[in-house]
Amino acid sequence: MSEQALYGVMACFETQEEVLDAAKHARAAGYRRMDAFTPYPIEGLSEAIGFERIRLPLLVLIGGICGCVGGFGMQYVAMVHGYPYDVGGRPLNSWPSFVPITFEVTILVAALAAVFGMLVASGLPRPHHPVFAVPGFERATFDRFFLCIEAEDPMFERDATRRFLEALNPTDVSDVPC
Amino acid sequence: MARQEPNRKRPPLIRAGYTLASVADEVSGLVLRRSLTWNWMLGFGLALLLVGMLAIAVAVLFYRGVGIWGINIPVAWGFAIGNFVWWIGIGHAGTLISAFLLLMRQKWRTSINRSAEAMTLFALVCAALFPLLHLGRPWYAYWLIPYPNTMGLWPQFRSPLVWDFFAVLTYLTVSFLFWYVGMIPDLATLRDRARHPFQRLTFGVLAMGWRGSARHWHRHQTAYLLLAALATPLVISVHSIVSLDFAAAIVPGWHSTIFPPYFVAGAVFSGFAMVLTLLIPLRAAYGLEGLITMRHVELLAKMLLATGLIVDYSYVMEVFTAWYGGNPYDWSLMLDRMTGAYAPIFWAVMLCNVGVLQLLWWPRVRANPAWLFAIALVANLGMWMERVMIVITSLHHDFLSSRWTMYYPTVWDWATLVGTVGLFFFLFFLFIRLLPVISISEVQKLVVEEGR
Repeated sequence: MSEQALYGVMACFETQEEVLDAAKHARAAGYRRMDAFTPYPIEGLSEAIGFERIRLPLLVLIGGICGCVGGFGMQYVAMVHGYPYDVGGRPLNSWPSFVPITFEVTILVAALAAVFGMLVASGLPRPHHPVFAVPGFERATFDRFFLCIEAEDPMFERDATRRFLEALNPTDVSDVPC
Repeated sequence: MARQEPNRKRPPLIRAGYTLASVADEVSGLVLRRSLTWNWMLGFGLALLLVGMLAIAVAVLFYRGVGIWGINIPVAWGFAIGNFVWWIGIGHAGTLISAFLLLMRQKWRTSINRSAEAMTLFALVCAALFPLLHLGRPWYAYWLIPYPNTMGLWPQFRSPLVWDFFAVLTYLTVSFLFWYVGMIPDLATLRDRARHPFQRLTFGVLAMGWRGSARHWHRHQTAYLLLAALATPLVISVHSIVSLDFAAAIVPGWHSTIFPPYFVAGAVFSGFAMVLTLLIPLRAAYGLEGLITMRHVELLAKMLLATGLIVDYSYVMEVFTAWYGGNPYDWSLMLDRMTGAYAPIFWAVMLCNVGVLQLLWWPRVRANPAWLFAIALVANLGMWMERVMIVITSLHHDFLSSRWTMYYPTVWDWATLVGTVGLFFFLFFLFIRLLPVISISEVQKLVVEEGR
C-alpha cells in the first residue's frame, strides 16, 4: 500500500549542470511527469522537464487591452453621459485629455494580469506541498538542486525509478510521501 | 587566457570567492542572525523622532488648515507640491535600475535593484502624502476616485490633478508588485533559513509556498520581464504627467513643452543621487562591499553624470526658449529667476546641478565613495531647490505686476519636509532589518555565471 502513499521520488544534486543533465536523461528515458527545484532560474531546465509554452504574455496583452478600453470607456461614459460639463465649448469627448488616464489604467491592468496570472498558473499561494517533507529540501532555496519524478508518471515504478535516479550520481535520493 | 583580456580592465561585479551558499548566508544573515547594531538603532531612532515631528505637523495642519503654511494667493503652491515632485522623482531611478536595466540585460543591476526598488516605494509613500495634505480638506481625498456615487458626480478627467492621481496610484501599485514578485524566491530562502518559528511563519506566508519549481521559475521570469517592460514606459509617463500639472497651466515659466522630458531627466538624476546616498553608507555599515562593489558605485556615478548632463541641457533650453520665444512674460520671469528675489535659489541650483556635477568627469572622484556621497547629497539638495524654484518663482511673478507676491516657508513647511525625510529613512531602516536587501537568487545566478 505504500506505493499509493507516494508523491514521487526525489534526487538531490550539487550543481546546475547535474540537475540539467538528470532532467534530460529522465526525459530521454521516457519520464514525463517531473519537476525540478532550484535556488535560481536555470536556462533550459523548464524545457528539459517538458514544460509547455505558457500564455502569460497573451494574458498580459488581453489585460492591457481591457485596461485600455475600460479606462477610456470610463472617462467617455462619465464625461459625455454621466456628468457632461461644457468647458469653453470644447467637445464632450475631448479624447486627447483622456489619453493619460487611459495609458495608466492600461499599464495597471496589464501588470495585475501578469502577477495574478503568474500566481494562478503556478498554483500559488500554496503553503503546503508534499516535496517540503523531503529531508534537506530547505536547501532548494539555498544551494542544492532537486529533481522529482512524480508517482503520477505512467512509467513510475518505485524501485525502478529510484534506481534510475541513483544512476545519475546524485548526493541523495529520497521518497516523497503524499 | 587571451580571450579574457578585454575584461581584465573591468573589476568584477562580485568579489571573487563567493559561492551559492555564502551569498544566501550573507544576505539572509542580515535579517535572521544579525542582532540590532548601534548605528542601526541610532539611525532608526532619529528617523522615528522625525516621523513624530511629521505626525505633529500633519495633526496641526488638519486642525488649523493649510494657512499654517506660507502659501498665499497667488503663490498657492508652495513647498508641498515642490516636495511632491522631488519625492516622486527620487523614486524613478529605482524603477529604471530594476526595470530598464533588466530589459537591457545589464548584469550590474542585480546587487542593487532590491534596495533601489524599496527606495522607489518609500519615496512614493512620501510623495503621495503631499497632494493629499495640500488639498485643504484632506478627508475629501476620496473624491478623486471615480466611482458611480449617488450624486452622479465624477472627477474631472480633463484635469491634470486627476491624471496625477491615476499616475501615482498606478506607479505605486506596479512598483510594489515588481518589488514583491522579485522578492518571492528570496522570501522563501529566508523561510527555509529561519530558525525562529515566528520568522518561519511570517516569511512562509509572504513566500506563498514558493519552492523553486522549474515551472514556477519559468512563469516567474516571464512575469518579471513583462512587469519590467510595463514599468519602463510607466516611469516616463508618471513624471510627464506630473509635469503636465505645470505645463497645462498658462503661467509663464510653466507653460512649456520641454517640461515632460525635462522633469523625467531631473527625476532620474535625483533618483540616482538618492541611490548613491543610500548605498554608500549601506555597504559600509553592513560589510556588503563584496556584493555591492566599487564597480556598481562607479557605474551609478556615471549614470548620475549622464542624467545630470541631460538636466543641464534642459536648463539651457529653458532659458533659450524663453528668450527666443519672444514672449515678454516668459523672458521677464526668466530674468526674475536669475536676478530677482529668488535669484540665490537659481544660482544655488546652478552650482549644485551644473557646477559640482562636473567633478564626476574625473575617474578619481568616481572611485572615491566619500566624494560620491557628498556629490550625491549636493545633487539631492540641488534637485529639491530646483523643484521648489519651478513651483514658486512662476507663481510669484506672473502676468500682472500688481499680483507679485513673495512666498516664505513657515516652520510647518520645514517640519513637513523634514518629517517626510524621516518617514523615508524610517521605512528604509525597517526594510534593511526585515527583508533581504539584495536579491539572493539573482546574485546566485550571477555567481555561477561569473564563475565559469
